[in-house]
Amino acid sequence: MNEMLSIKNLRAGIEGKEIIKGFNLEVKAGEVHAIMGPNGSGKSTLSNVLAGREDYIVSGGEVSFNGKNLLDMSPEVRAREGLFLAFQYPIEIPGVSNINFLKTAINEIRAYKGIGPMEAKDFLKLIKEKQALVELQGSLAGRSVNEGFSGGEKKRNEIFQMAVLEPTLAILDETDSGLDIDALRIVANGVNKLRSADRSFIVITHYQRLLDYIVPDFVHVLYDGVIVKSGTKELALELEEKGYDWIKKEVVEA
Amino acid sequence: MAEQNDILEEHISSEYKYGFSSDIETETAPPGLSEDIVRFISAKKNEPQWMLDYRLKAYRHWQTMEEPRHWPLLKYPEIDFQNIIYYAAPKQKPELKDLSEVDPELLATFEKLGISLEEQKRLTGVQSNIAIDAVIDSVSVKTTFKEVLAEKGIIFCSFSEAVQEHPELIKKYMGSVVPYTDNFYAALNAAVFSDGSFCYIPKGVRCPMELSTYFRINTSGTGQFERTLIVADEGSYVSYLEGCTAPMRDENQLHAAVVEIVSHKNAEVKYSTVQNWYPGDKNGKGGIYNFVTKRGICLEENSKISWTQVETGSSITWKYPSVILKGDNSVGEFYSVAVTNNYQQADTGTKMTHIGKNTRSTIISKGISAGHSNNSYRGLVRINKGAKNARNFSQCDSLLMSDKCGAHTFPYIEIKDKTAIVEHEATTSKIGEDQIFYCKQRGIDTEKAIGLIVNGYCKEVFNQLPMEFAVEAQKLLAVSLEGSVG
Repeated sequence: MNEMLSIKNLRAGIEGKEIIKGFNLEVKAGEVHAIMGPNGSGKSTLSNVLAGREDYIVSGGEVSFNGKNLLDMSPEVRAREGLFLAFQYPIEIPGVSNINFLKTAINEIRAYKGIGPMEAKDFLKLIKEKQALVELQGSLAGRSVNEGFSGGEKKRNEIFQMAVLEPTLAILDETDSGLDIDALRIVANGVNKLRSADRSFIVITHYQRLLDYIVPDFVHVLYDGVIVKSGTKELALELEEKGYDWIKKEVVEA
Repeated sequence: MAEQNDILEEHISSEYKYGFSSDIETETAPPGLSEDIVRFISAKKNEPQWMLDYRLKAYRHWQTMEEPRHWPLLKYPEIDFQNIIYYAAPKQKPELKDLSEVDPELLATFEKLGISLEEQKRLTGVQSNIAIDAVIDSVSVKTTFKEVLAEKGIIFCSFSEAVQEHPELIKKYMGSVVPYTDNFYAALNAAVFSDGSFCYIPKGVRCPMELSTYFRINTSGTGQFERTLIVADEGSYVSYLEGCTAPMRDENQLHAAVVEIVSHKNAEVKYSTVQNWYPGDKNGKGGIYNFVTKRGICLEENSKISWTQVETGSSITWKYPSVILKGDNSVGEFYSVAVTNNYQQADTGTKMTHIGKNTRSTIISKGISAGHSNNSYRGLVRINKGAKNARNFSQCDSLLMSDKCGAHTFPYIEIKDKTAIVEHEATTSKIGEDQIFYCKQRGIDTEKAIGLIVNGYCKEVFNQLPMEFAVEAQKLLAVSLEGSVG
């Protein structure tokens, strides 16, 4: 009943090509769902469609987010409603400090909720507190958004932003890609500290490795735009062992 | 930081906010240009013979010159120089004792523009301390804080007044940096200039406040030709601001100004402009033709001149604030943001001429093109023979906001001395859909996202502006680019 996100028979694609082909998923508050799948299965399309990227066209289905029609909302309204996407490839914005960027974002979200801008001292306190969460150096917050950041710093910065913006639903799009083991641990720790009864996660990943650190409640396998198998964290281990070919075979045989 | 956000939070209207015209009683000359008109202007201003002679020489020289139509990347219809009014002045009493004698409509005009000519207000801290010379159409109507400045020996007054009161300084410096023979528009200006500002900072004086000239074109059919001369004597410092606006009109109005700066030994002049002349409407109708010659000379050693400009207005901009680095160890800087939208055209840049030893120049140019506009950077770095160890660093970036606009870079480099080090970097990029989407995903809408991204892109230049101007510039940028992505 208490579905935070409910996706029913979603069909979507880009440049006239359908990639998501009847996708279903129910996410309750506090749950962590992992979505795994081979390259080209539609993982990134799914995250882009949920975040509302304009290039992607939804051709069918319904998505409700906290009881509201997500597909009717602009990307910024989705964000203000509490949906956060940690980008696979975080974007650089030269000349705009992380702090200024986040302050603008926070105050936009607050304005949407009818709250006035955050006091400067409260904001700085928040920043300090959340930086510690992802072991981000203070100096990074003052630097331009992602500019000159290493791959690991960019991913940590995504989690830092998530911590500051406190979304109800966070989608992590291959956050583990390009991370060494230490960075992976830091990112996962950050995410784990943000887990709570009223915050849900969709963790999109190619490898099982991340799920050793962020233990999911459910694991789904995405193949050719639909979920072909769902299970618990053991499914991820099985995938790791047998590879995706096993799933592909099952799908073909069925 | 907090400041930046406040600006972005402020509601910004997309209309040109200064497009009103005021009903001020004006006195105008008949349209057209002739020796009679030059004499008329000179007589109106009660000028001494030497000034009239200078104007006439300039006028005669101008008649032999050709409009610079071929080399700039600008397209516009023939300008009929006989169809322009060369003199328009608000009617007022010849001698103004205080503000109460100024036409209230005129005061209201400047209030509307957010510029208070009442010194009291500024002193009580409602606004910061800036001394202002307000120029409407052809004449200076009021210079504030004159007395406070006079205590330090600083002269800040209208150009006309300087001709009367300080002829020795005017004779010595006028035309010494931009001679009337320099170019077509400089000659035209020298013949018909009606007013402007004059500023002299004496030896060793650091000017205690920002000096500012505010230009306003009001009367229809007029051209504005003002002249500014700034002289910084040995070891002095001044920061000078220039702002400008004009009413929205369907016709094109001509603005051809001359600014000359002289920086003596160990002196420094910082000149900042926020140019917001009416840019014309969405279809390119109307707007100001802005043909301006700005040049400074670092006359002696260790002098410095820094130009910072934010150009958002005018339908056509033709402008190359330059520095002649004559004194050894002198420094020239040029920081520019030029924004063009709709059908605006800008051909702007700088010239750095290195003559003295160990002279250094820096050029940072940020062009932003949107709509159907064309935006060109044109710059010359010239190292003369004997300019030992001269250094230049140039960075020219162009940002495209649409697929119908143009960005062009024309760097000219002439090096006559082997010891010179000259660096040039240039980039062209399109504003990223990715960047905008990234902002949106964090809850920031498109307009604000563009504001953030563009302001970030211009940060190096904005950092050079005095605080009040930086705030103004950021707002202007947001307004100029509203609805421009596509």
